[in-house]
Amino acid sequence: MISQDLVERTLGVALGGGAEFAEVFAEDVRRGSVSLDDGRIESLASGRDRGAGIRVVSGRSTGFAHTADLSEAGLARAAKAAAEAVRGAEPITAASIEPRATTPGPVAVAPAEVEKATKVELLRQAEEVARGTDPAISQVGARYAENRRRILVANSDGVLATDDQTRTLFSVSCVASGDAGLQTGTESVGLSVGFELFDRYDVSRLATDAANRALTKLKARPAPSGTLPVVIGPGSGGVLFHEACGHGLEADLVRKGASAFAGRLGEQVASPLVTLIDDGTMAEEWGRFAIDDEGAPAQRNVLIQDGVLVDYLWDGIRAREDGRPSSGNGRRQSYRHLPMVRMTNTYLAGGDTDPADIVASVDHGVYVARLGGGQVNTASGDFVFGMVEAYMIEDGQITAPLREGQLIGNGPRVLQQIEAVGNDFEMGPPGTCGKDGQGVPVGDGVPTLRVAELTIGGTVS
Amino acid sequence: MTPDELLALAQQVVDQARPDEEIEVACSYGSSRSIRVHGGEVESLTTADNTGIGVRVLVDGREGFASAGSLHAEVVADMLREARDNASFAEADEYVGIARPDGVPAAHIDLWDDGVAATPNDVKIDLALDLERQVTAGDPRISGVRVAAYGDNEASFALASTAGIAAASRATSASLSVQALADDGDRTQTGFAYDGARSPDKLDIGRVAGRAVSQAVDLIGATKPETMTLDLVLDPHLSATVLGLIAGTLTGDRVLKGRSPFVDRVGETIGAEALTLIDDATDPVSFGADSHDGEGLATRRVPLVEAGVLRGFLHDSYTGRRSGDGSTGSAVRGTRGLPSPGVHALHVAPGSGSLDDLIADTELGLLVFSLAGLHSGVNPVSGDFSVGVEGRMIRNGALAEPIQECTIGSTLQRLLLDVTHVGGDVVNLPSGVTTPSLVVGGVALSGRSA
Repeated sequence: MISQDLVERTLGVALGGGAEFAEVFAEDVRRGSVSLDDGRIESLASGRDRGAGIRVVSGRSTGFAHTADLSEAGLARAAKAAAEAVRGAEPITAASIEPRATTPGPVAVAPAEVEKATKVELLRQAEEVARGTDPAISQVGARYAENRRRILVANSDGVLATDDQTRTLFSVSCVASGDAGLQTGTESVGLSVGFELFDRYDVSRLATDAANRALTKLKARPAPSGTLPVVIGPGSGGVLFHEACGHGLEADLVRKGASAFAGRLGEQVASPLVTLIDDGTMAEEWGRFAIDDEGAPAQRNVLIQDGVLVDYLWDGIRAREDGRPSSGNGRRQSYRHLPMVRMTNTYLAGGDTDPADIVASVDHGVYVARLGGGQVNTASGDFVFGMVEAYMIEDGQITAPLREGQLIGNGPRVLQQIEAVGNDFEMGPPGTCGKDGQGVPVGDGVPTLRVAELTIGGTVS
Repeated sequence: MTPDELLALAQQVVDQARPDEEIEVACSYGSSRSIRVHGGEVESLTTADNTGIGVRVLVDGREGFASAGSLHAEVVADMLREARDNASFAEADEYVGIARPDGVPAAHIDLWDDGVAATPNDVKIDLALDLERQVTAGDPRISGVRVAAYGDNEASFALASTAGIAAASRATSASLSVQALADDGDRTQTGFAYDGARSPDKLDIGRVAGRAVSQAVDLIGATKPETMTLDLVLDPHLSATVLGLIAGTLTGDRVLKGRSPFVDRVGETIGAEALTLIDDATDPVSFGADSHDGEGLATRRVPLVEAGVLRGFLHDSYTGRRSGDGSTGSAVRGTRGLPSPGVHALHVAPGSGSLDDLIADTELGLLVFSLAGLHSGVNPVSGDFSVGVEGRMIRNGALAEPIQECTIGSTLQRLLLDVTHVGGDVVNLPSGVTTPSLVVGGVALSGRSA
């Protein structure tokens, strides 16, 4: 993207006004998608974004400018703008650049090399299978998306590293129509791999699952309201930990007093059954990368060990202020954004209980087979997340399906209330985590688990 | 780049159309600043130029699209090639196509204020610092500010097509936002507020600080309530959020594809009689105002709900043709995506009474401060609505204890029917929604089991 010489000269311009740290982040993204809706391949879309963001740090202030112009003049202009935004510390000389070897995730079949007609065929197959499931399926949508993101990060500490990230996604969404109105079912898969995604997953199976989810909900009854024990199924339940404590463990929020977990390192913050890990190295997972968007290698970080808070998540800036290394969690949506502390693949380690026993242990509660997105107020710790597929548990048996509703809880309290952890760990579907207006791909996962009490946002008291 | 320069560039691409092709090109250029302050210091200052191009090509009813973040000749040529290639794989639909000029004259609306360019960065930094200071000094229980931010943008947009459409416009915006933290020793509460205007000098720091402080401080001591049924009192900010979600289900694509709870209901009563919703981007005062929509057609006044009766849907040229209703000038888009019908500038007709009057008339209710989980808790197809909520209880016409860690549940369909009062306190919000306060009766609040 940019030569080492040009990187060095640009860093020189960025440091020229006096600064402690300067960084060049260059990115070249190519996107492609095909969508089917309403019985028709509606459109194919391609996108290309290429540019660089230049960051200059002086004291606690950061200047940042970005440009789509990767010429020497364009980069120099951005570097000057970033430098002018912070006022002068003592000028430093950049450490000499040492290119660092990285190992991008392997891609067996580059999606861009695959015929568009093949992608179209996958969507048609998904539609046909979904519509064939049941006459009540009234609408089917399906989407294929590929993304190749190449990045280069270089900074005045002497770092120069690159990564080449490929992600491939497929989703199916169905509407079922019945006497009580419309219901929806969605299924999606995505991995940091190429077109070999479809060797791992069968689109017909995804289509059937999405259709069945919508059909099941046609028979669903309104969710109860009030507090009940909740059993969360494997996979998508990882969003619980993402919201309940993941965000609260991000060092930028901790530092600003905007986290319910601030000042609690070494404390028993969770049930002893909880070991929570954030792992950017997990092969093929959606939140996987070789280096983060500040050039730090991806790491596996244990956050909570047997219920004890071990560490927070760190990016370069926050780590620098604390005199410790980054944990490899500095990420950004694109070259147009500043990096900040973000999760990667966040998961609860598996336990040793048979999931069937966990369900059987509940007299009256709710079983959530699939969670949707969520949101947390990190300061108060209150979080919500959507039940996309849920059932009542009565006398230890999974019974009637429930309509959609939200679950609400308080992170620090819910962590203490994890009463059982199953031995059936799975990663959930690919996610996009939003923070301060930036979205980044993340993964999460859990085994089956039981929470003593969550508030179910239903309408039936 | 000026709007005229962008238009010339778009026209150049359009002129390359082959005889069997329709082409539509959208170009944008913007420069923006974003300032975040913390602890009396600048945390970050971002300056940026943003460019974008989106090319739509149609051949025999088949559509292809490509977009890029650069206006370099080589990239633009690449996008035209990609869009053409993409079109060859799509399936034909007789209604697909670019917009045809329909003779509706465009309103003349000035969305530009020189104040954004004329204000030096130092003054903009001071706005954010002043906001942080005012929040910190606003109440002794304020323990901090997570972030105070100023942002502004100058943007030009142009659109040209083989149908003879050539539209160009420019707009400025400036905003302030803050998240206040209040600590009662046990729990940290937050209050968020923002303001937006066409120029920095029109931002109201005092109002933003006041709202953030009072929301955070008023939540101190909040507890989880018992499950009950109560009335929701929504100030204009919250009314805008809820009605915006509902208006989002009234779009032609959702309706034609059977993905809206309001399919086939035109002419029927879907809401309380007090409720009238109109999308009107021609109102120059609204922050959603625009002379043209995302396909270059003139915007117009689109009645959605009048006195509770559903009048129609929002259409772009595709859904307008397919439904037979014609475009309502409601296409929304950036350069990175295809146009689709959406809300520009929702107007809710005023009733009477202030927010205080509505509170005084409420026996058992909740004055809502914030809603959480709107993206996961609202299903725009089924209408299921279940979101986290915090705010202050209203008992016998007076504000009472703060509550949190609870949800409200209903459906979008029920919420419209259950509106019992529409206030007269219309506010023109930066989000583009112009609305008064509302009361929604008999909503299920889920908290502690009684």
